[in-house]
Amino acid sequence: MNDNPILRITTKILFAPIIVFGLYVQFHGDYGPGGGFQAGVIIAAAFILHSLIFGLEAGRRLVPLWVNVWLMAIGVLIYGGTGIASIYFGGFFLDYNVLGDSVASGQHVGILLIELGVGVTVTSVMLALFHAFAGYDPKRFAVAEDGE
Amino acid sequence: MTVLLVNLILMALLVVIVVLLMRTNRLFAVVVLSGAYSLICAAIFVNLDAVDVAFTEAAVGAGISTVLFLAAMAFLPANERQPPRSHRITNNIAGLSICLLTGGILIMAALELPAVGDPNGPAQIHVAPRYLAESGEVLNIPNVVTTVLASYRGFDTFGETVVVFAAGLGVLLLLGGLTRTGRATKAKAAVAKTGPKTGRTKAAKKGAK
Repeated sequence: MNDNPILRITTKILFAPIIVFGLYVQFHGDYGPGGGFQAGVIIAAAFILHSLIFGLEAGRRLVPLWVNVWLMAIGVLIYGGTGIASIYFGGFFLDYNVLGDSVASGQHVGILLIELGVGVTVTSVMLALFHAFAGYDPKRFAVAEDGE
Repeated sequence: MTVLLVNLILMALLVVIVVLLMRTNRLFAVVVLSGAYSLICAAIFVNLDAVDVAFTEAAVGAGISTVLFLAAMAFLPANERQPPRSHRITNNIAGLSICLLTGGILIMAALELPAVGDPNGPAQIHVAPRYLAESGEVLNIPNVVTTVLASYRGFDTFGETVVVFAAGLGVLLLLGGLTRTGRATKAKAAVAKTGPKTGRTKAAKKGAK
């Protein structure tokens, strides 16, 4: 929690543009530098900035823990699901050629999907890591130990 | 010539940062210097035309890692504890000779490597020509890094994603309160606070059944 008005207002102004830039990196990876890993980190950075300035609880209201955990798994499932889908359409696992009308369009669809999966997983894992470290409460473990 | 000069300056900065990193024992300085190290590495990668790697290094190494280290540092003392100084000269000589030996072996091995950008190097004549020829023409994806990462090496990237997922899950299980015991103790604490009758928690419900 930070009460400095400059930091708070700058965060409010920057929050959306950082996410838009992350989405640009995410979906522009075919043509320029970027892709799911980088985009995931950038989008996570926006949420982490929000949590740093407005407090961890506000950040957890924005992305609750259960949403965060589900997103971590959903990203991997999107990636794996793309592989299963390409088997379903008659190719090998992660063989994107069968996902579109032509080789080029199939590859574009496949790469878009798996990059999306990577982006979702990386975003949510980075956010979860930050919250786990920043919200770590040593007392909780002392209680858990004598509870068992 | 300019590229060489810029590279030399960046490498010199890296050496300066490493020396500073070794000499300081304030953890905050260590974290910030590591971030600066990553940022300069990213600049060197741009100089080598590896823009994707530079992007990742800047975002992950200089950005997120620094923030995560700072978040974790809140639970550590501000200064690194100094290891007890070894006064036995044999220890120091042994350490120095191991360092020199390992470094010498690595330098000898590096001399055997093909020069950077050597057109006849194994990296350039194995599968790279096919990737370079196909990616733009057949697949219509100009960024070859993306096709190698997502298409030709899709299995590897799947593995990487699963590793990231597993790492996140591991940290959450260790620290994030996802464990059953964590939830149970929270419920117990809630019961203790509000009294068993008003506390509408899972533990209380189970007890009622």
